[in-house]
Amino acid sequence: MEQALHYLNIGSAMFLLIGMALLLGRLLSGPTLYDRVLAVNSFGTKTVLFLCVFALIIGRPDGVDIAILYALMNFIATIAILKFFRYSSLDVSMNKSRARHEDMS
Amino acid sequence: MNGDLLHMLQFATSAILMAGGVFFVIAGAVGVLRLPDFYTRMHAAGMTDTLGAEMILLGLIVQAGLSQTSLKLALIAFLLFLTSPTATHAVVGAAHHAKLKPKLGKYRAPAPGEVPKVKTKPKTKPKTRAKTKPKARAKIKAKPTPRKRAK
Repeated sequence: MEQALHYLNIGSAMFLLIGMALLLGRLLSGPTLYDRVLAVNSFGTKTVLFLCVFALIIGRPDGVDIAILYALMNFIATIAILKFFRYSSLDVSMNKSRARHEDMS
Repeated sequence: MNGDLLHMLQFATSAILMAGGVFFVIAGAVGVLRLPDFYTRMHAAGMTDTLGAEMILLGLIVQAGLSQTSLKLALIAFLLFLTSPTATHAVVGAAHHAKLKPKLGKYRAPAPGEVPKVKTKPKTKPKTRAKTKPKARAKIKAKPTPRKRAK
């Protein structure tokens, strides 16, 4: 039964890799910036899943810690990229930026 | 014997959950690659990512049993459950704010501050189109002007 679980994990890891490869296609050929951001975000989620499965495959569950870190970093990176491309800088306080946004629109 | 049955049950539950999660992950990836428009791609990616991730992580939790590892996996599942829809919402909001146009036929998405106008015009039959078109155009032109003056 251990063997069956092992094969199950290896199979799902391979399918996760296939999904990541498809997302890389969108990342390279995305016509707009937001397609790329979307692809990077989704790719990061799949990387977290792959890390979890991989940590159980090689029998070292410590790898799950790295997956936690990666999940947090992925979210923060997405928000930071979006904020940077919206305001052209990262040094914007949200109250001021909201006022400026209402002035502009 | 009893332990064997329990292991079978563990394997079956884990296999079902992980197969479903992998299906959703692959479906989301194919949708992101193949759909024609940013917003439809986002629609494919956002929900399948959350559900697929939750299912795969639940399958791994079933495999790991009651241990520290399953606690960490549950923590990851919780974090992804919070952050993945938030990130989706942020990306779509940024694209909408940047006035990225969806690929549509006649209809256009409302700009960020705008109240969407709904045209409730019945579709004309293709044969009688030539006759009814000028009237319909006149109706459309006549409608928006009083609204703008009222504002």
